[in-house]
Amino acid sequence: MSAAIEAYNITHRFGSITALEDVSFAVDPGELFGFIGPDGAGKTTLFRIAATLIIPTGGNMTLLGLDTVKDYRALRNHIGYMPGRFSLYQDLTVEENLNFYATIFGTTIKENYRLIEPIYRQIEPFRKRLAGRLSGGMKQKLALSCALIHKPRMLILDEPTTGVDAVSRTEFWEMLSGLRSEGITIIVSTPYMDEALRCDRIALIQSGKILGIDTPEKIRRSYSQSLYAVKHPEKYRLLLALRSLPCIQAPSLEMPSGHFLNARPSHALNAEPFGDSVHVTLPPGTAPADLTAALTAAGLPGTTVTEIVPGIEDVFLELMKREK
Amino acid sequence: MTERRVIEVEGLVKKFGSFVANDHLTFDVRKGEIFGFLGANGAGKTTAIRILCGLSRPTSGKVTVAGIDAARNPEEIKKHIGYMSQRFSLYEDLTVTENIELYGGIYGMRMKEIGTRTEELLQRLDFTRYSDTLIRSLPLGLRQKLAFAVAVFHDPEIVFLDEPTSGVDPITRRQFWEMIYETAARGITVFVTTHYMDEAEYCDRVTIMNEGRIVALDTPAALREKYDTDSVEELFVKITRPKTTAL
Repeated sequence: MSAAIEAYNITHRFGSITALEDVSFAVDPGELFGFIGPDGAGKTTLFRIAATLIIPTGGNMTLLGLDTVKDYRALRNHIGYMPGRFSLYQDLTVEENLNFYATIFGTTIKENYRLIEPIYRQIEPFRKRLAGRLSGGMKQKLALSCALIHKPRMLILDEPTTGVDAVSRTEFWEMLSGLRSEGITIIVSTPYMDEALRCDRIALIQSGKILGIDTPEKIRRSYSQSLYAVKHPEKYRLLLALRSLPCIQAPSLEMPSGHFLNARPSHALNAEPFGDSVHVTLPPGTAPADLTAALTAAGLPGTTVTEIVPGIEDVFLELMKREK
Repeated sequence: MTERRVIEVEGLVKKFGSFVANDHLTFDVRKGEIFGFLGANGAGKTTAIRILCGLSRPTSGKVTVAGIDAARNPEEIKKHIGYMSQRFSLYEDLTVTENIELYGGIYGMRMKEIGTRTEELLQRLDFTRYSDTLIRSLPLGLRQKLAFAVAVFHDPEIVFLDEPTSGVDPITRRQFWEMIYETAARGITVFVTTHYMDEAEYCDRVTIMNEGRIVALDTPAALREKYDTDSVEELFVKITRPKTTAL
């Protein structure tokens, strides 16, 4: 089976700024593929290239075997694009917007109602309301309905969940799972790392470069060290204490104290706040018990140290630091 | 953390016509506390924050911010608070130093004090090399950090942060939270809204709003225990998800 999307060495520059640098990837048919990265990573530029809206400075991309530059007209009939900023007509009603999109693609709401039903049904009671007066979550559902009304084979969703509350985000991802089971290939971007787990595969993207592509599970397993969650009710004191540890005495290694971290900077104790705990990697040869002992000595008794499975964000942080 | 209360809200109601945006809100925020304010879109968070900042008056109820009555003296509140939002924070066509000076001036600080403290601030943020850079040319992460520093430049009693970390990279997000911790440790109360549920865990206490009401208010640990969930995210979905949603 040939790939649904193939991108080869995509580079894009805006004047002196390089938004994308040598980006290559392939998406399988029917896949829910996520681009995870912060603002300014290049996600929107990449999606605009995929949606045939801009021509890349270098490289090429095909969707469904059609080139995004040469075959853009044919391609547009097969893709549904949802831009990051709400781009529907604010002074048309919900129903008018949907009708408008259907008409442009030479179809009707009725003809493709089945596909949009699970989503559209939720906003149908408000069909006479102006789009500009909808809540964030409802706008998002309307935009998705409009992107689907011509029954595209592929969806390009640029940050559909940004600024949307956790409940609407959960609902939105459930809708995407439903669409994937209809056989629609979906690429979606998000700055929320936890949403990565909802995708079949993800690409981590930062500063115009792809840091890694794989299934969320394999990405998590690619973390290079053992990771521990350290907890103490006084989170800030804990963080300061961890940062101030001159070194962690590793009994198995005969190193003069104070030189340990300097000797192996890449394996130094690494502490990052994560929710209710601090995620820590330990220098080699150090046991979790050594850490609790060191923290007690530093005046913070009663910490707990548990080994944990790294999350996507842990991996992202590690890859970002490696890039720097 | 002392027990002094810097925000006291009792029976706050705000109506727009027949629509009740805030329905009898009652809560306190203590000095030096990091107070998380969560809720679904449209739950009434923004309305409440606008009242706390002196930008809108309550329909009824008693609201005191930094000891000032929000119904009677909203203008006075503005002098005692700092504010930063994701959407607007700094003037893009002014330089880093110009922005700091502008805010210092607006809050009535003396030129001499502004000068010394600008210098201090730039060094502490490791921003000295950007002092003459236009905000427009700064990466988002740096901008957000500077915006926060500017919001507390005049040593307000409370700083309101409205989704301060939306879209910033994970490294900057963590540095940002360390700045929040530092600020709270200095005794400045931090009132923060966020869509990142893991950030709710960084707060001393969180409140969750739904349909104009406060439906939960406690420490993240106590809430997790009470609702028997592993994370604030699960808790949030459990509390605010409409039961009628059928997919």
